[in-house]
Amino acid sequence: MLEALHYEFMQNALLAGLLASVACGIVGVYVVVKKMVFISGGIAHASFGGIGLGYFLGINPVIGAMFFSLGSGLAIGGITRKTRLHEDTAIGILWAMGMATGIIFISLTPGYAPDLMSYLFGNILVVPFSDILMMLILDGVIIGIVVALYKEFLLLSFDEEFGTVVGVPVDRLYLLLLCMIALTVVVLIRVVGMILVIALLTFPVALARQCTHNIKKMMLFATLFGALFTFGGLWLSFELSLPSGATIILFGGTALLISFGLSRLRASHFASVL
Amino acid sequence: MAELEIVGLKDIWVKYDDVSVLESIALSVFQHDFLGIIGPNGGGKSTLLKVILGLVKPFRGSVSVFGQPPEQSRSQIGYVAQHYAFDRDFPVSVWEVVMMGRYGKTGLFRRYSRNDWAAVEKTLIRVGMLNYRNEQIGRLSGGQQQRVFIARALVTEPKLLLLDEPTASIDPAMQTQFYEMLQDLKQSLAIVMVSHDVGAVSVYVDKIACLNRQLFYHGSKEITPEVLEATYQCPVQLIAHGPVPHRVLKEH
Repeated sequence: MLEALHYEFMQNALLAGLLASVACGIVGVYVVVKKMVFISGGIAHASFGGIGLGYFLGINPVIGAMFFSLGSGLAIGGITRKTRLHEDTAIGILWAMGMATGIIFISLTPGYAPDLMSYLFGNILVVPFSDILMMLILDGVIIGIVVALYKEFLLLSFDEEFGTVVGVPVDRLYLLLLCMIALTVVVLIRVVGMILVIALLTFPVALARQCTHNIKKMMLFATLFGALFTFGGLWLSFELSLPSGATIILFGGTALLISFGLSRLRASHFASVL
Repeated sequence: MAELEIVGLKDIWVKYDDVSVLESIALSVFQHDFLGIIGPNGGGKSTLLKVILGLVKPFRGSVSVFGQPPEQSRSQIGYVAQHYAFDRDFPVSVWEVVMMGRYGKTGLFRRYSRNDWAAVEKTLIRVGMLNYRNEQIGRLSGGQQQRVFIARALVTEPKLLLLDEPTASIDPAMQTQFYEMLQDLKQSLAIVMVSHDVGAVSVYVDKIACLNRQLFYHGSKEITPEVLEATYQCPVQLIAHGPVPHRVLKEH
């Protein structure tokens, strides 16, 4: 593994993993505390339409995915706030229509679609430097927004009604949060793929939640755990020649389950002592 | 009355999906009022408070709060909603929750100032929760949480306090303490409190309104059983101690 670090693709992979961990550590906290995991899943899957469009137009599929994920995020927000359709129904519609659009575009594209699997399930080892640059910019945007609007997002996630009463523009902030989720999905597509995005948004946060009750610290811990999961998963996939995205997810998920198990054990131990 | 009218509702009608919740409500709240609103569950009590806050739009009638549309007067209203169904695991401390009340004095993009810190500290002392300032909100008892939410409403420095079933999660011993705090508060602001606890309301409030889709009574707190029966639409056993004459609630 250590000699592998000399390769540029490995350095890029580690950098991509770190940048992805920052985005999912910060945005993931809001996704988890505001219970938006499946909204995020919907946005991620709908972005497949953009990947298909990217192939069809011959542009970078990640750019196409960005437009589709932003569009579907805004659509889910608009539909649930302005119409009587339920949120999960809106998610289901966009989830399915986004993927169907992607399939149609890919079938319209002559020839076969190279590395399509890497967008679905991620391949951190083939992230080009241009995409790393894009991830860096998106991370900067996300950090900037959260620093500027930290107290607003706290009110939005904890108590929207009270937020409205004290004058927080909750509807617009909610749309902004959906856009940040959409950008995070774009950052994560290269690392774990769109199918597995919700794992990196939730696992590190779920683990961080066991360590602290402070949102800022949770963001920091979640970023660290995210980096730990991607680096650990990457190392395992390298040693065992397994697909990187899926290995990262299973490594993180296993760590999470062990941690839950240990805390249950500790709780019941204390209960029996008392 | 020479007193200043701060809330004026005229002919308010509210419907949720063709089911009418409020019908032809007229209500005035004056500067130093302590008004209790009683009525059965589903009688529209919470909706009435939300109309005053501008969170629910009536399809007919006019709402005026401090002489303005409700949306523009919210900064002068402190609001405690009915039993907060928030996530007990939500990562937020008592201090952070109360600080949310200072948002209206701060605004978008700005940071909370030294003044805001002082106001939060003062209010936490007032409700006796300063020692818990670093606790996660979900770890407190129901009564303690309620005090934190009241602190959050008070820290906005409101001229009108709206309380929706504030004693529902407080144990009886602490209810007395709570009502005494309200007695103290009403020197400086108007209070509208919604409750199904007829007995407790009657002791402390100055005026009572009975609400069950329509407002059956609004005025001083001597209510006849007939009014209560009209409100609840069934015979009501009055929850008052001692002998119960016609002027039920006078007896405390």
